[in-house]
Amino acid sequence: MNRILILFAHPRYEKSRINRSLLEQLTGSQGITIEDLYELYPDFNIDVDREKSLLMDHDIIIWQHPLYMYSAPAMIKQWIDMVLDFGWAHGAGVDNLKGKVAFNTITAGGTRESYDRDGFNRYTMQEFLYPFEQTARLCKMNYLPPFAVQGTYRLSDAELSWYAALYKTMLEFLSHCDLQEDMHKHPYLNDWFLEKQGRKGP
Amino acid sequence: MTAGFIPQALVYLTAAIVCVPITKRLGMGSVLGYLLAGMLIGPYFLGFVGMEGQDIMHFAEFGVVMMLFLIGLELEPSHFWGMRSRILGMGSVQVSATTLLAGAGLMLLGFSWQAALASGLAIAMSSTAIVLQSMKEKGLGDTNAGKSSFSVLLFQDISVIPVLAFLPLLAATTIQIKSGHSMHMLEGLPGWLQAVAVLGAVSFVVLAGRFIIVPFLRLMAGTNLRELLTAAALLIIIATAGLMQIVGLSPALGTFLAGVVLANSEFRHELESDIEPFKGLLLGLFFIAVGASINFRLIMDLPFQILSLVFLIIILKTIVLIATGRFFKLSFDQNLIFAIALSQVGEFAFVLFAFIHQLGILSPHWADIMMVVTALSMTVTPFLLFINEHFILPHFGTLETLEIQADAIDVQHPVIIAGFGDFGSTIGRFLRANGIEATILDNDSDRVDLLRKMGFKVFYGDATRFDILKSAGAGDAKILIAAISDPSTHHELIDRLQKHYPNLKLMVRVKDRAEAYDMIDLGLSDVYRESLDTSIRLGVDVLVKLGRRRYSATRAGHMFLKNDEAALLKLAPHRHDERSYIFNAREQIRLQEQLLADDRNANPALNDHAWENDRYKEEQGK
Repeated sequence: MNRILILFAHPRYEKSRINRSLLEQLTGSQGITIEDLYELYPDFNIDVDREKSLLMDHDIIIWQHPLYMYSAPAMIKQWIDMVLDFGWAHGAGVDNLKGKVAFNTITAGGTRESYDRDGFNRYTMQEFLYPFEQTARLCKMNYLPPFAVQGTYRLSDAELSWYAALYKTMLEFLSHCDLQEDMHKHPYLNDWFLEKQGRKGP
Repeated sequence: MTAGFIPQALVYLTAAIVCVPITKRLGMGSVLGYLLAGMLIGPYFLGFVGMEGQDIMHFAEFGVVMMLFLIGLELEPSHFWGMRSRILGMGSVQVSATTLLAGAGLMLLGFSWQAALASGLAIAMSSTAIVLQSMKEKGLGDTNAGKSSFSVLLFQDISVIPVLAFLPLLAATTIQIKSGHSMHMLEGLPGWLQAVAVLGAVSFVVLAGRFIIVPFLRLMAGTNLRELLTAAALLIIIATAGLMQIVGLSPALGTFLAGVVLANSEFRHELESDIEPFKGLLLGLFFIAVGASINFRLIMDLPFQILSLVFLIIILKTIVLIATGRFFKLSFDQNLIFAIALSQVGEFAFVLFAFIHQLGILSPHWADIMMVVTALSMTVTPFLLFINEHFILPHFGTLETLEIQADAIDVQHPVIIAGFGDFGSTIGRFLRANGIEATILDNDSDRVDLLRKMGFKVFYGDATRFDILKSAGAGDAKILIAAISDPSTHHELIDRLQKHYPNLKLMVRVKDRAEAYDMIDLGLSDVYRESLDTSIRLGVDVLVKLGRRRYSATRAGHMFLKNDEAALLKLAPHRHDERSYIFNAREQIRLQEQLLADDRNANPALNDHAWENDRYKEEQGK
């Protein structure tokens, strides 16, 4: 069984409709650990030892956060800077994170179409996430395309619960599937999983 | 018959202690217990007390006076003003309708119209003492029935004054009565002067409350002698009562007014808890005296006549009250509680019947009968309320849930702060800035005064007292913050809270490590050492002034605080075992040194970002 660690960061979680729907249904799920980083470290004083041992205990690492100014909220960067340090997470002969899977779960106001060469945001989601991809690679982890909920401002309640259910079934699937499988053929993990299940979008 | 204080006190107290718990257990309230105790020790049963019951009654009427003072204290002037239409409307309807109907009935029995009218007025009065005590015991004070009862009773109490003035006009002969009621000194004066004196006295009470009594209480509080404040409270009541007697107003009304005036002051809770026990005892004594004064020989002589009179009067009063309640839109069950509660003839009727008799309006025989009827109707009330509550209401109507919610918003907040010095007031300000209001208890009257001027809701009172905690809403609050600087007070407070309010979350300020251990021993986990954060912050600033970057220094401070708190909890259980403590303390110091060293050296990520890692730079430089 693949244990999943969700490193969740939202400075205003109490106002986030989307992230609440995604997360609330997951609490208590077997094999999924949710770390609410802003709740745990309100002063950004990350407990590095604790975070490192959590990483060691899990196989799939998810950075779940809204997309702020084309990147993650400050806490995620703080976490990366503090926890993934040289000599433990990366460096010659360091294998602590080797073979683990990492990806981002993104919520974004812009629609999927807007993240395109010809779209409003001019770059693809994958391009905006290059720093994460390379960080994961530096730590010898297998970086997957993001799971994304986009166009959040216009999402109806029905669509939202569709996404929430999809996220849950996908995580359950991931916790039991073979992680060597190729999940890179689609720009979003959503698409890979839908194809796998023979399903269509919302 | 007994003489002397000690035997008498023995008899009264024993009777009360035997009877009251029985009726209370039976669900009929304490009033019935006191009345039964009085009958039992009275001249017709055990004969321990004789006719001096009347004198005791006069003394014990002071209990009623104190009760009205307490009621006044709970009524802020704005609330009082809001009730004015209920007081005037319901009160006047009830008094006039009852008087007319009862008078008409008595005329059928052959009374002259004067006697009928006078007796009707007396019968219209209900018993403030019984009704309010019963309502309070049943927790009905805040319901519509409770408020309506209170309004009507207040109107009745006020109307006793004009009634006493009016009765002499009904006297058949215009002989100047030598009046047993010449208690007031203004009798000889012309009417307008009396009116001026009355108005003057009332305004004096209002103004004195604001400008004399509160500063005076502050002065008393400044002496830090609790009994002096109790004495001051009693003095206020007695002085007000005396003043009212001089101008011919009811002492009960005067003290009620004084209570209302003081309801806004910071001494409200302190006064309440000071007077409460006196009131309780004196009221009990009053009821015992009523019970002892019931003339059972008369009842044996004329059982049918008296019992049917009691029955008819209660029925009549109930009907009038129900009609009044309907007219003022009380719901069915509230109306029933209201009507049955007020259906007896009250203690003012004793005074009025005695006066009517003196004036020669009513024959001695009938006056005696009316007195007995009054006392019996008072005795019946607790039974009627019991029957209503247990047998009538469950079948008709829905018991209105207490309107505590609306009332609670007024004073009761989710947080209580005990001790509002620098420490407590900072918490209070912080909470308020974030939209959380706290109820504040403090026993430094100067400070309370200042904070009230700044707009805080601060109560003057010793937070270790159960009754004050209760009135501050400890039963409904979620969190109590003990921010008192004196550690011995903390122990007392925490003991009391853990015993009576186990669900209230306690957060405690302590001075140092040793005090923190004490609190942890008491089972608390939210313990805050008052100087810890400050000294670390100062330390951080030292590092900054010595040239460290503020971010690194701040993180070092956070680390230190966290380790220290962890060490505190870990060490607390070992403290009593001296040797183990020393061992642990050493271990902790070593641990802390090691952690701090880790912070600086072994784990550079904590003070230096990973990319500024010396080893990394070295490697890259090769």
